[in-house]
Amino acid sequence: MRFSVFVEVHLREGVADPQGSTVERSLPALGFTGVSDVRVGKALRFTVEAADAPRAHAAVQDMCDRFLTNPVIEDAVITVSEGAMA
Amino acid sequence: MSPRVGVVVFPGSNCEHDVVEAVTAVGGVGTLVWHGDASLGDVDAIVLPGGFAHGDYLRPGAIARFSPVMAPLAAFAREGGPVIGICNGFQVLTEAGLLPGALQKNAKLKFLCQAAVVRVETTHSALTNQLDRGQYLTIPINHFEGNYTCDVRTLAQLQDDDRVVFTYVDNPNGSMGNIAGICNEERNVVGLMPHPERASHPLLGGTDGAGILRSLLVAAGARVTTLG
Repeated sequence: MRFSVFVEVHLREGVADPQGSTVERSLPALGFTGVSDVRVGKALRFTVEAADAPRAHAAVQDMCDRFLTNPVIEDAVITVSEGAMA
Repeated sequence: MSPRVGVVVFPGSNCEHDVVEAVTAVGGVGTLVWHGDASLGDVDAIVLPGGFAHGDYLRPGAIARFSPVMAPLAAFAREGGPVIGICNGFQVLTEAGLLPGALQKNAKLKFLCQAAVVRVETTHSALTNQLDRGQYLTIPINHFEGNYTCDVRTLAQLQDDDRVVFTYVDNPNGSMGNIAGICNEERNVVGLMPHPERASHPLLGGTDGAGILRSLLVAAGARVTTLG
């Protein structure tokens, strides 16, 4: 089966995110007040072939642990859904 | 015989010729090693130079670890061969798991291109055996992702084991423990953000990096003697 995968990589809790802080400090200049907790990350989308969704998820988790993220500073949120990427 | 120092060239490396010139100027023989080669050739030490290996795609150093040269390089390091990572080379060594921790974006998101004063914290490493503990050196830095970070346990271990090799006197990038360079447990793999090759000749504005490179040649030479 084919699964479409969305991986959102962000800095781990407790790791300073200077990009997020800078964006947060800039927003009030455009009149957007009340914005907090800005975090800047990156996203990866791809299609993966697997027997079922749990196996697809496990494979992507392994990719994240070993390559797609640097576990020292980054975490990933993985979303797996049925069907190839649109 | 002069120690031979192999300098790995990745697509996007940009300090390899500087390192070759600098190690040759202090009495070694610098030679380029292509990242796509599955062998290091006849070398006594290896330097991963600064630059943007593989365009720094995904993260600095993340793709470099898949280069064919990295397997023989890891084996060379395991056998005790001196392996040095300068700037991007340091990032590659952490991503390849040869050194602990990671280099994240500088605090305040500032690209730094300036001279930095570093303190030699240990003389027990492949890069500091010809220096004095507590000695101050002025060495150029040139990086965006040089903010060394690791978990607190790793930091304590690095400090307890005397594996912090250089610290910044006036921390420019927010690194934990003011770390500018560290080594592995066996002390033959060293990573540092400052560029010693850029302070290796009076014409470059300073010679404080020459002692670092001479230390590398001594470490490489010791290996030649042991093996010979």
